[in-house]
Amino acid sequence: MNESSPRHVAGHVPVLRLGDVLLVTLQGDLYDSAAQQLQQDLAETIAHSRVTGVVIDISGVEVVDSFLGRVLAEIAAQAELLAARTVVAGMRPAVAITLVELGLSLPGLRTALTTEAALELLDRPIVTPRSGGRRQESP
Amino acid sequence: MHTAAGAEARLPIRSDMDLVWVRQHVRQAAALIGFGLVDQTKLVTAASELARNTLVHGGGGQMEAARVSEHGTEGLRLVFTDTGPGIADLDRALSDGYTSGDGLGMGLGGARRLVHDFEVVSSPESGTTVRVTSWVTRPPRPREES
Repeated sequence: MNESSPRHVAGHVPVLRLGDVLLVTLQGDLYDSAAQQLQQDLAETIAHSRVTGVVIDISGVEVVDSFLGRVLAEIAAQAELLAARTVVAGMRPAVAITLVELGLSLPGLRTALTTEAALELLDRPIVTPRSGGRRQESP
Repeated sequence: MHTAAGAEARLPIRSDMDLVWVRQHVRQAAALIGFGLVDQTKLVTAASELARNTLVHGGGGQMEAARVSEHGTEGLRLVFTDTGPGIADLDRALSDGYTSGDGLGMGLGGARRLVHDFEVVSSPESGTTVRVTSWVTRPPRPREES
């Protein structure tokens, strides 16, 4: 099987606005440079559009390595500084298993199983981030 | 259609686009050889870490993929080579949290946990070669840490 270009490669990631929330859907394989571009774009979009939440749907992502994991964690951290909360939605089970084995459990990252659940999570007034794998009750 | 030769390849690692090619080839080869979804994902992730090391720390290089067979078990062997400066302190480079670049320090040690066999040879003269192999069916590895 010969292919002239890699399958499902994202060179640019579109950012959608839904009310107070930015919705980003990552699909297929992502260039490092596209992930970094997304990180910058999101910071600027959050600051300009004054959204309060970011949902990143990664259900179409087959592999999260330490680079992409770090980018996701940094997006969440910078959004926090810009007064927006981030939820990563739809991580595949095989990706979760691999990330833990890799040693990257990303404790500061909020997650949800679906985009709908992520939006619901952002609707709540206060959501305590996961910390070190312990489940915490919202105050 | 894939043939038995579909797993064999030699791919250059010179840019972040090459990392995408490496991941896609390893995914296809692993599926072809018969790895399950979780093991495919582990192997592709390990390959991505190692290829990025080759690119960022080794100044570029290549990956060779080969289908291997031992005692009736099929496996996929990946060899990453660069002619960079080598790894000065291998023990430290393999420990979690160590990074000489701007990563999280999971690259080498993390990749080692994701494969069955892991071997690294490095010197300032000849650069770095990392050879990893995973097998389709093999009992789970003992867990070193809780």
